[in-house]
Amino acid sequence: MSILINKDTKILVQGLTGKTGTFHTEQALAYYGTQMVGGIHPKKGGETWTGSKGESLPIFATVAEAKERTGADASVIYVPPAGAADAIIEAIEAEIPFITCITEGIPVMDMVRVKARLDRSKSRLLGPNCPGILTPEECKIGIMPGSIFRKGSVGIVSRSGTLTYEAVFQTSNEGLGQTTAVGIGGDPVKGTEFIDVLEMFLADDATTSIIMIGEIGGAAEEDAAQFLIDEARKGRKKPMAGFIAGRTAPKGRTMGHAGAVVSGGKGDAESKIAAMEAAGIRVSPSPARLGTTLVEVLKG
Amino acid sequence: MNIHEYQAKALLKTFGAPVAEGVAIFSADEAEAAAKSLPGPLYVVKSQIHAGGRGKGKFKELGPDAKGGVRLAFSIDEAKAHAKEMMGNTLVTAQTGEAGKQVNRLYIEDGADIARELYCSLLVDRSVGRVAFVVSTEGGMDIEAVAHDTPEKIHTIAIDPEAGVTAADVAAISKALELSGAAAEDAKSLFPLLYKAFNEKDMALLEVNPLIVMKNDHLRVLDAKMSFDGNAIFRHDDVKALRDETEEDAKEIEASKWDLAYVALDGNIGCMVNGAGLAMATMDIIKLYGKEPANFCDVGGGAGKEKVAAAFKIITADPKVEGILVNIFGGIMKCDVIAEGVVAAVQEVGLKVPLVVRLEGTNVELGKKILNESGLAITAADDLDDAAKKIVAAIKG
Repeated sequence: MSILINKDTKILVQGLTGKTGTFHTEQALAYYGTQMVGGIHPKKGGETWTGSKGESLPIFATVAEAKERTGADASVIYVPPAGAADAIIEAIEAEIPFITCITEGIPVMDMVRVKARLDRSKSRLLGPNCPGILTPEECKIGIMPGSIFRKGSVGIVSRSGTLTYEAVFQTSNEGLGQTTAVGIGGDPVKGTEFIDVLEMFLADDATTSIIMIGEIGGAAEEDAAQFLIDEARKGRKKPMAGFIAGRTAPKGRTMGHAGAVVSGGKGDAESKIAAMEAAGIRVSPSPARLGTTLVEVLKG
Repeated sequence: MNIHEYQAKALLKTFGAPVAEGVAIFSADEAEAAAKSLPGPLYVVKSQIHAGGRGKGKFKELGPDAKGGVRLAFSIDEAKAHAKEMMGNTLVTAQTGEAGKQVNRLYIEDGADIARELYCSLLVDRSVGRVAFVVSTEGGMDIEAVAHDTPEKIHTIAIDPEAGVTAADVAAISKALELSGAAAEDAKSLFPLLYKAFNEKDMALLEVNPLIVMKNDHLRVLDAKMSFDGNAIFRHDDVKALRDETEEDAKEIEASKWDLAYVALDGNIGCMVNGAGLAMATMDIIKLYGKEPANFCDVGGGAGKEKVAAAFKIITADPKVEGILVNIFGGIMKCDVIAEGVVAAVQEVGLKVPLVVRLEGTNVELGKKILNESGLAITAADDLDDAAKKIVAAIKG
């Protein structure tokens, strides 16, 4: 089992014809036959996209048309920042159930507008500014390197793209493998939060342990810890390891992600680590020991 | 991106906000003409630097008993004297660090009769994904201290982006600020226009501290701190023009030209990484092994070879750097591009300190091959732990 995506997921690409969209669509097609079913370009509808190895996909003028013609139930967005919010809204209006936005650098006010629209819809948005989601040997949406994955039992959820890869790589090396890895992204206003993903991992029978990677700024990790405490009281609990990036970050400095800033005494690493430990998560002091920490937890 | 108080007030004025009359000056000689153009008899001379705590700040060059970075003047002569003493000197505040900041601009403003000082800011409340007003009756002081000591005195009112600031929102803000009479009437236009300005100019923070109720019972924006969402500057040429590069770190400016995120720190290991999370984690693990990063440069997702080379040069230009750690886990970023960029930069500027490179992810084999075949003295690392240990060992000699 897995969460959100599997071998049956049919995916559209918004921003297919650009360099980034093309490269990662080729990678996805090469990953266990991920079902990429079409691309969107307002002026190139009816044309065909051709990859460097001769792969081809139909291009449609709108998401709505593409959905109708292909039966797609997911879309991935590689559109540049200035147009990315409109691309997300187009996918929401076409009632795509699962939208992943990879684009980094979308203006925050654009995401405020998207969020309002999203709240009134049936769509789920992952990201923006995220690496996407991958279910090993079934489906890859986004930019995660497929080669480091291994089919297995760990659910991974992370705010940081590259640290998602660390967790994947290390759990593969430990022989545990993954059910699904989800990068929720580092922007302050985003679609899917830790709690949404944790709920799905708790409900997924194949996921027998979880790694959660947070970073400084905001209160999403603290909220997630409270959620886990509440669920544990209902008897829903899985072994977990975690990490918080930015333990040594200077206060008041934005550390690359717009969301990663400690200000007003809120969002620092110590408060997040304390909340996660209170929820029964073993928090690793080093990002290089995520895998071994989880193995220790599983040994008891 | 931050701007000065006088620029923020001028911007708010275009939206119709009540601000005092004032004139920005760039040399002390301009003080007399500036003051003469104002109604008087009370003037305020304010240092324009990108840091808070100016009023309580001290000038390095002046004695400990000298007045701070914001001064009242009761005559034009006094305003002139203040300007002469302040301009060009270095103001140290709680936010500038010990080095302080040189005051190259002053703002001379008409004084106000203050009845009450309030706090009002707008920011994006990430917990709800909306713009929110944060208001308090405890204005004019350090709001972080108020939040810490008396959190019940801070009120947050989030705004529905599709409805905008409604009459009910204004009523809630006015109630929180205990506004009545003329001030409550002023509130009906002030809060919606602050929201409009925040939205239209893609601000990240708009802080009015204090917002004052004057003795005539009207509201006035007495101070304004404004910063803008860097991701949205591309659509605001008017905002871009307000940038004061003398307020920013030269290396950060160079990095921003290449769309790189550069952060200067206090240690001696230069770090090139991809992704903010990995940047922070790399910093954490270096400290775990007992050393500190001198800086980090995040090349992000879509960097080309030239951008990687620029990043490498920015890192090595820092004289504090005794060793360099390149830590890349490629997803969107391809390892061969990183390798090519590093090799190109080293060939151009040379390599005088130890360099440890850890590559993993997309096109990793190709990347490693490029580094191996370059003939450069590069120490390869297997994983993050190994990389941190190797660079720490290398600079310990």
